[in-house]
Amino acid sequence: MNTQTINDIAQAEQGTSLWKDAWLRLRKNHLAVFGLVTLVLFIVIALLTPWIAPYSYQAQNLELGASPPSAAHWLGTDIFGRDLMTQIMYGGRISLAVGFVATTVALLIGVTWGAVAGYVGGRADAVMMRLVDILYALPFMIFIVLLTVVFGRNMLLLFLAIGAVEWLTMARIMRGQVQSLRQQEFVEAAISLGLSPATLIRRHLVPNALGPIIVYTTLTIPNVMLLEAFLSFLGLGIQPPQTSWGLLISYGAETMEEYPWLLIFPGLALTLTLFSLNFLGDGLRDALDVRGAKD
Amino acid sequence: MLRFITLRLLQAIPVILVVITVTFFLVRIAPGGPFDSEKPVTREVKAALEAQYKLDLPLFQQYTSYLGDLAQGDLGPSFKYPGRSVNELIAAGFPVTAELGFYALLVAVGIGGLAGVIAALKPNTAQDYIPMSLAMIGICMPSFLLGPLLVLVFGIHLDWLPVSGWGDIPGDKILPSITLGAGYAAYIARLGRAGMLEVLSQDYIRTARAKGLPEWQVVLKHSLRGGLIPVVAFLGPAFAGLLAGSFVVETIFQIPGLGRFYVQAAFNRDYTMILGTTVFLSVLIVLFNLLSDVLAAWMNPRLRAQFGH
Repeated sequence: MNTQTINDIAQAEQGTSLWKDAWLRLRKNHLAVFGLVTLVLFIVIALLTPWIAPYSYQAQNLELGASPPSAAHWLGTDIFGRDLMTQIMYGGRISLAVGFVATTVALLIGVTWGAVAGYVGGRADAVMMRLVDILYALPFMIFIVLLTVVFGRNMLLLFLAIGAVEWLTMARIMRGQVQSLRQQEFVEAAISLGLSPATLIRRHLVPNALGPIIVYTTLTIPNVMLLEAFLSFLGLGIQPPQTSWGLLISYGAETMEEYPWLLIFPGLALTLTLFSLNFLGDGLRDALDVRGAKD
Repeated sequence: MLRFITLRLLQAIPVILVVITVTFFLVRIAPGGPFDSEKPVTREVKAALEAQYKLDLPLFQQYTSYLGDLAQGDLGPSFKYPGRSVNELIAAGFPVTAELGFYALLVAVGIGGLAGVIAALKPNTAQDYIPMSLAMIGICMPSFLLGPLLVLVFGIHLDWLPVSGWGDIPGDKILPSITLGAGYAAYIARLGRAGMLEVLSQDYIRTARAKGLPEWQVVLKHSLRGGLIPVVAFLGPAFAGLLAGSFVVETIFQIPGLGRFYVQAAFNRDYTMILGTTVFLSVLIVLFNLLSDVLAAWMNPRLRAQFGH
């Protein structure tokens, strides 16, 4: 066997790394690809909104009032004559931002908590996971409503409150991963080489548990977005002059009898996003072969 | 079994205590007293009110006094509706919410369970794809969107069903129950399908089929109990979700239930009402979780053994 063939084999081996393999499997799942494409599209639109929105966010046209979809206003206008498409684009920025930021909060807490509990083990682990069990039993929807009452309705709090709720499952998944990884030889080798626990967790344990983390993150974002929309619908979440899809749906529901498009289009935007995220999450779970990431 | 129930009950006590304590202190640190309203009151009136609501006591004493009242089932007076106690408001609102929740649960378990079982019987065929696609829509379509859409279609355009109220006009309970139950029907369909698929691949099912039992008997007598365990275990969390969902559904359909009171109390900053209702709902949810665990354990002897120690 000459060097050429060995290089070929090495390249072939590279060609089927875990991630590439997963990507190939994901690509075959049409629904997941649809979800991914839609999601990327929505994110790009959200990022570019200030430049590509057809009208300015504050622009009103009281003479026009509520009008159905037309050439000038593709998705129609609300009772103040504001362009609905512009409203949905700006609302989407906030809805998506809440989804991603609150999920990041949940991710950071959950991964750290679970990794430490799984790594340290013993009594600390028992105490930490018992706490997670207790928190699991708390009625969090109710608590979040309570928090919005106690601390007023600001967005930062909303991020933190939702993030603080959603980290529990992540902690459980992470702990399970770390516990099984700890038994593996390369971790023992790393320990015997004198790696500090923090470095070990950061360099070896977290990267190896990346599959379940990614899958669960994808499935957490829609939950978080739903929570935000739920609160905004009740008037306890995002407050005007800012807007979000939940708030737009709430306004739309008030006037749907005369102006149904005000309900339907924001609803479509939210549902489509949730759809995409759920399909992508399901697809990733199959592609990365993660079990039990959704409970 | 008794040991299992006792154990779980003992585990529920600290959870309930944590809920009460956290809620109490959260509400107490909330900015602005309940009597800092539009109309300024004289100092004497304020002092009298604060004495009446025990707000003049040190914080810890307020807490112990509240716990004491709570132990006797007294949730205290409402700040916003003078002369009415939180107990009365709950007594007025809860039966409505409970009825709504019950019908929603019927919708969820009935439709969801059936869809899940039907899908699992012929996996990867149209009989599987159609209900499961509908379930995916059900999961992604939040109740605050589904409710108005149902009203728009069945209440306004087709004019088949009343669009609001509860128990006033015949049929006005249908739309709220479906709105609240649909999302859970979708989850239950997915859980039921997964559970049934797992059970149907077991050896004892093959044995049952091999000895020539008719298919309906295999499904009803041999698979259903095992296959629906995940569904039963989900009922606890589902119940908590249904209560929270009732906030939205009762607001949409103008139903005078506890969920609507809760949201109104949140708007009015009616602190005792929020505190009382949170405690009430939390205890209810913890108990329901317990019930759902017990039921799941009763259906699954293996789980019972696992919880035994």
